[in-house]
Amino acid sequence: MSRETGIQLLYIVAFALFIYGLMGLTGPRTAVRGNWIAAAGMGVAVVATLLTPGLGNWWLILLGVAIGTAVGVPSARQVKMTAMPQMVALFNGVGGGAVALIAWVEFRESAGFAHAPGHVAVASLFSAVVGSVSFWGSLVAYGKLQEVITGRPVGIGKLQQPLNLVLLLVSAACAGVIIGGGDAEVLILGLLLSAAALGVMVVLPIGGADMPVVISLLNALTGLSAAAMGLALDNTALIVAGMIVGASGTILTNLMAKAMNRSIPAIVAGGFGGGGGAGPAASGDQTVRRTSASDAAVQMAYANQVIIVPGYGMAVAQAQHAVRELADMLEARGVEVYYAIHPVAGRMPGHMNVLLAEADVPYERLKEMEDINREFSRTDVAVVIGANDVTNPAARTDPSSPIYGMPILNVDESRSVIVLKRGMAPGFAGVDNALYFDAKTSMLFGDAKSSVAEVTEELKAL
Amino acid sequence: MLVENLAVLVLAGFVGFAVISKVPNTLHTPLMSGTNAIHGIVLLGGLIVAGLGAEGVLDKVLLVIAIAFGTINVIGGFLVTDRMLGMFKNGPKRDGSAK
Repeated sequence: MSRETGIQLLYIVAFALFIYGLMGLTGPRTAVRGNWIAAAGMGVAVVATLLTPGLGNWWLILLGVAIGTAVGVPSARQVKMTAMPQMVALFNGVGGGAVALIAWVEFRESAGFAHAPGHVAVASLFSAVVGSVSFWGSLVAYGKLQEVITGRPVGIGKLQQPLNLVLLLVSAACAGVIIGGGDAEVLILGLLLSAAALGVMVVLPIGGADMPVVISLLNALTGLSAAAMGLALDNTALIVAGMIVGASGTILTNLMAKAMNRSIPAIVAGGFGGGGGAGPAASGDQTVRRTSASDAAVQMAYANQVIIVPGYGMAVAQAQHAVRELADMLEARGVEVYYAIHPVAGRMPGHMNVLLAEADVPYERLKEMEDINREFSRTDVAVVIGANDVTNPAARTDPSSPIYGMPILNVDESRSVIVLKRGMAPGFAGVDNALYFDAKTSMLFGDAKSSVAEVTEELKAL
Repeated sequence: MLVENLAVLVLAGFVGFAVISKVPNTLHTPLMSGTNAIHGIVLLGGLIVAGLGAEGVLDKVLLVIAIAFGTINVIGGFLVTDRMLGMFKNGPKRDGSAK
C-alpha cells in the first residue's frame, strides 16, 4: 500500500468520524461525545496530512500551530458564556482568513494561475473571495456583538446595494483577468481587498437582531470556501468537511431566518430597523408605569403561574443565576414557573438555553415559542428580563413596523407583565415597544441582575 | 480527478443536509459552534501549501499566519463547543430521571 493510499484511507476514517460526531451533536444526550468524535476526526485528518510524502518546512508548520494553540486555547477557555456568540464569530472569521491567505500564497508561488488547470484557478479564486468576505464580515460581526462598534445598522442608504454590487464586480473582474492569464500581484490583492470591503459593507448595515443569522451564514460561507480550496488542492478531506459545513450551515441559517419570518436575501440586503421614520413616534405622549422590587415580589408571590421571558439583557447582566434563585423561591411558594424561549432571543439561536442551562435551570422548564404561546392567556405574571423585540406586539399588529410578521412571544396576553430593563432605550432592532405602554405592564428599571436579586430578597421577606 | 472530486462534493453536501435536518433549538448554538470547528479543516490546506513549497519570506509569514488561524479555528472551536455542551449535561439527564 502506497503512502498516498494510506493517507486517503485515513481521510475516509476522518469523514466517518466527522459525520458520526455531527449526528451526535444533534441530540442533547450524545452531543458532548459527538463533539469529541468530530475532534478525533480532525486529529486523524491532520496526522494523515502530515504524512504527505516530501513535506518540509517543519519549523513553519510548528510555529504556526504553536501560535494558534497559544492563542486559541486560552481564549476558548476563558471566554464568558455571554460572550460566546462573538467568540464563534471570531473563530469562524480566522478560518475564512486562513483560506484567503492560502489562496494568495498559491497565486504567488505559481506566479498566477495561467499554468494551472482551469478548475484550480476558478476554485482558488472562489475560495479567496469567499474567505475574505467571511473574514472581514466576521470581524465586523464580532465588533458589533462585542459592542466595539455600534450594533445599530450603519449604512449609506440607497447607495449601499449599488456599491456592494460594484465591489462584487471588481473582485469578479480581477478573478476573470487572473483566469485569463494575468499574473500581476495587484490583481489578487485587488480581489482580496474588494472582497474584504464587500464583507465589511454587507455586515455593517445589518442590525443586531439579525446577527445570529449572519454568523450562521458566514459559517456556511467559510465551509464553502474550504470545499473550494479542497477542489483546488485536490484534497478530499477539505472537500468533504467544507461541504458538510457549507450545507448544514445553510440549513441552520434558513431555520433561523424562518424563525424571524425573514428571508436571507432580505437580511443580507440589510437595513433592518434602520429606517429612521419607521414605526409611530408615539413614545412622546405615552407614559409607562413604574414598579418597585417589593411590589413586583408581591405580584409574583400570589400568582399561580409565572412565565419568565429572558432576552439579551439577561445575558449582558449575567443574571441567569439570579433568575434561577428567583424561580426557586417562587416554586417553593407553589408558583408554577416556566421560561419562554424565543428562537432568536439573545444574539444566537439557543443563546438563552445555554445560559439557563449554565444556571442549572431544569430542562423541562424551558418552553419553546409554539408551546408557551398558548400558556400566556393562563398566566398571571409574565416577567420580561431584558427581552425586547421578541415581545413587541407591533410584530403582529403594525404593518409599518420593521419587525412586522416576525413571530413573537404573546406576552401581552398574560394578565400582567413586569418588564425588567435598564432604561427606555429601544431594542437592538431600534423599534419602540408598545408592550411597555400597555396598561397592564409595569416597568422595573435597573440592572437585570440586581433587580432580580432585589425581588428575590423581597420574596424571602414576605 | 475533477469529476470524482465534484461527485464527492455533491454527496458531502447531501450528507450535510441530512445530518442537520432535525435539531432541537437548544442545540443550535453548540451545533453552529461544532460545524465552525470542523471547517477548521482549512488547517490542512495551510499544512500542504507550507510543507510542499513556500520559498519567499512573505509567503512563509503568510502561511504561518494561515496555519495559526486554522489552528485557532480547530482548537478554539472544539473547546468552546465542549464548554457549551458541558452546561447542558444536567438538564437532559434530570429530564430523563423524571420520566
